[in-house]
Amino acid sequence: MVDKSQQWKAWIYLAPAIVLMLVFTVWPIFNTIMMAFKEGYNPMYELNPEFDGWTFGLQNFIDLFAHASAFTNALVNTLLLCVLTVPISTMLALLIAVALHSIKPLQKLLQTIFFLPYVTNSIAIGMVFSVMFNIVGDVGSPDANYGVINQIFGTMINWMNLGSTKVANYAVMVIYIVWNALPFKILVLLGGLQGVNKQYYDAAKVDGTSKTRVFWRITVPLVSPMIVYVLITGFIGGFKEYSSIVGIFGEDMGATGQQAHENMNTMVGVIYDALPSGQYGKASAAALVLFVIILIVTLINLKISKKSTHY
Amino acid sequence: MKVVLQDLTKIFPSRNKNGQEVVAVNKFSFEIPDGKLIGLLGPSGCGKSTTLYMICGLQQPSGGKIFFGEDDVTELSPENRGVGLVFQNYALYPHMTVKQNIMFPLENLKGDDRMTKTQMLERAYHVAKLVQIDDLMDRKPSELSGGQQQRVAIARALVKMPRVLLLDEPLSNLDARLRLQTREEIKRIQRETHITTVFVTHDQEEAMSISDMIVVMKLGVVQQIGKPQEVYDNPVNLFVAKFLGTPPINVFDGEVKGEKLYIGEQAVLDVKGAADQLVHVGIRPEGFIVDANGALECDLSNVEVMGRDVSIVSRHASSQNPVIRSIVDADNKLPEGATKVRFSLKPHKVFLFNKDSEERVYFEVK
Repeated sequence: MVDKSQQWKAWIYLAPAIVLMLVFTVWPIFNTIMMAFKEGYNPMYELNPEFDGWTFGLQNFIDLFAHASAFTNALVNTLLLCVLTVPISTMLALLIAVALHSIKPLQKLLQTIFFLPYVTNSIAIGMVFSVMFNIVGDVGSPDANYGVINQIFGTMINWMNLGSTKVANYAVMVIYIVWNALPFKILVLLGGLQGVNKQYYDAAKVDGTSKTRVFWRITVPLVSPMIVYVLITGFIGGFKEYSSIVGIFGEDMGATGQQAHENMNTMVGVIYDALPSGQYGKASAAALVLFVIILIVTLINLKISKKSTHY
Repeated sequence: MKVVLQDLTKIFPSRNKNGQEVVAVNKFSFEIPDGKLIGLLGPSGCGKSTTLYMICGLQQPSGGKIFFGEDDVTELSPENRGVGLVFQNYALYPHMTVKQNIMFPLENLKGDDRMTKTQMLERAYHVAKLVQIDDLMDRKPSELSGGQQQRVAIARALVKMPRVLLLDEPLSNLDARLRLQTREEIKRIQRETHITTVFVTHDQEEAMSISDMIVVMKLGVVQQIGKPQEVYDNPVNLFVAKFLGTPPINVFDGEVKGEKLYIGEQAVLDVKGAADQLVHVGIRPEGFIVDANGALECDLSNVEVMGRDVSIVSRHASSQNPVIRSIVDADNKLPEGATKVRFSLKPHKVFLFNKDSEERVYFEVK
């Protein structure tokens, strides 16, 4: 502990960071919470004191959850995408990481290949994916170009064009998000695997442990801290899903012709949509709801992981 | 179960293209008698751990064969050999309790060997009692002391009743006091179970104290095999003589001339039957007798009293060790202020080795 009379020095060193944090993090958060409870708020009013047209209340939240609103649709989309993609991508990443860890030749090369999506812009990847699923020409007509995926599997599924089903839309999104989420998870899990003492595996070998038992009883528990980390960051990232939707479906956030309450928009998308039209109160309320959901899910995650990890 | 090693060889390929390949174990042949405790002993890099891992099956030999009893197990994988291995740092699964660790090998059994949960528990508690950890069954390894972890590791190796028990440096992670205790423990467990046991160590004291037989290795080649006392009393070459014994053997430059052994200018011993040659003279610390008329005169450095014994530290121009350490009975009083000490030698504690080959030169001991 530094002498009390000298502590002001420490504060000076910390001051730049603290000031920036206060201005750009703490104040906006505080302001967002305030705005969420202001009905009919418009920042333009601040410039004109006579035009004081807002009151405190819960109207913003009531508007959000109104029947068949864009927000409830986005909320369902976001939750569903999270629940579908995070476990799938974590499981796949673990399998790939174990496979990568167990091979010697070309390991570095394959590691690099698997990591490539991470360093590629997600909008760019999304555009490539949308081309793969897109149908060029009249949907339903045999003369149309049904895209690479349909070509490969010999199907004529309408994945994402006019009249496509919600299930097909989800399938595209899940495939894309999982693929996009893999590299980071593989990297983290591979790091975890490389930190496991090889002697555990030798011991298991001497005892004649089957491969599946080694995986479930030794590998998974020993990398469980990494699995938990990947799950928590995965859920947080999943709730903030936005650019992937834009990448696949463009600014409309859904297949052509879909209404706002039935498209693939996410919660972050709703917040972004509300801003240009000056609905700051609604956007703030949506942000607050998102924050609370992420907080609750992360707390649950931590609670469960405390029980199931072993360190 | 006796274990037979036949011309066992392990060659590691070189890491770079032009490098030399490494012969870790070179034509090791040995028949380990049933139910004995064998210590593989040698400095690091002598191939003792490699030998152990080949017996275990974690490493494939480059040549030679391994038999358990009459079965050729050379090609078998570890789980089919029926071996129990205790790792140097125990390799206890950190996320399992002691009980789960011990039961783990049993849960792997398939087919007819498959046991019910109660049978497993019974067996686990049986071995836990044997190694005296039955009151720690619900702890995690991180909540145990080093010695307790060691016992759990032994219990885990014993629980499936292996034909051969293998221990890799079993005491190296324990402090001095615990080491003494644990080595008695290992001896006791081995005696009670009668399982043929092979253990690896670089600590000669450890090997001498508990082994029924020791195998001294150097650079992949077996130097000598025998009962600890026999090897100590009758080393075949300078390496074995130097490696065994604390304090270590005193080595002098000497010469045999006309059946007399000379150290410096002094003829110190009659060596009947030895041909004239330059030799290394190895004298065990207990091979010195303080004798006013002794032939070997040394400069006295100091005397360390150890209660029952006295350790006399002295110097001699021909000594290869920096100081000569001799252990004599405490009754031998040296005169106050003495600067010289004279010794006569016990012939059976004196070993001669050829200067160049370092092989033993035998002479007749009356």
